[in-house]
Amino acid sequence: MSNSDLFQLAGKSYRSRLIVGTGKYRDFAQTRAAIDASGAEIVTVAVRRVNITDPGKENLLDHLDLSRITILPNTAGCYTADDAIRTARLAREAGVGSLLKLEVIGDEKTLFPDVTATIEAAKVLVKEGFVVLPYINDDPITAKRLEEIGCAAVMPLAAPIGSGLGIRNPYNIRIILEHSRVPVIVDAGVGTASDVSLAMELGCDAVLLNTAIAGAKDPLLMAEAMRLACEAGRKAFLAGRIPRKLYATASSPIEGLLD
Amino acid sequence: MRVMLNGESRNVREGVTVDELVRDLGLNQRRIAVEVNRDILPRDQYGEHQLHEGDVVEIVQFIGGG
Repeated sequence: MSNSDLFQLAGKSYRSRLIVGTGKYRDFAQTRAAIDASGAEIVTVAVRRVNITDPGKENLLDHLDLSRITILPNTAGCYTADDAIRTARLAREAGVGSLLKLEVIGDEKTLFPDVTATIEAAKVLVKEGFVVLPYINDDPITAKRLEEIGCAAVMPLAAPIGSGLGIRNPYNIRIILEHSRVPVIVDAGVGTASDVSLAMELGCDAVLLNTAIAGAKDPLLMAEAMRLACEAGRKAFLAGRIPRKLYATASSPIEGLLD
Repeated sequence: MRVMLNGESRNVREGVTVDELVRDLGLNQRRIAVEVNRDILPRDQYGEHQLHEGDVVEIVQFIGGG
């Protein structure tokens, strides 16, 4: 990849276009090894109560190389705008900067976002100086509204969180890409490497995933596969694919054929 | 006196400061955030902020998530 093809987000440049979560790993060592193998430079974390009965337990951030990695706190598990705003403020106070994956969940079973609550929370948080990256449906109108509010990127889902179904509606993702002036990050629902490649081939700026690596039989191998798929998809996008045609076009010249 | 700490009722010394509480819990070196009665307490105020009977305290940190 040429050095000039960097992922730009909120004034910072990243070589990797893969953003990975830190949930569901066996232990912190595996979390770290998977992040390293994925090449990700941005990783998501959740905000939760310290376990008061056993506060001495090790902490995730002690295991991450914070000189190399940008922490992206999320508001996972929040079902109202108020809860998400509260969680965001706590995350910033904990001292990892103003980046925020805004997630306001609308329903337990699908974990689809609550659009109105997401917009409401985004308005408040952008005003408070957060760099808001909202998790949204693959809906171009919602993407546009959030961009207008001042979100630093939009993060349409590929499919429900943790479902591994891959990009359900590549056409909507394309429409979002055509109209978006902020980075488009496919977030959630990725199942395997080809899903990441597809997102990159569509022209997405980055892909965010967690379960597809953490839940794989061999997470470290899958992390590497995701890194390669991300790079391959990006290169294919930059290279420009050939158009799809219904009929064959010979690759070998007709000239010089034997009589 | 009793305060609610992360959803559990807990006995603490009368007039304990947030800084003392955090140290007692061994969390002083950690990236945490503290709320007292729903208001975030900036880190530079831990030393002077004394807790009162019935205060609702939340201490959060980062854990693995997607």
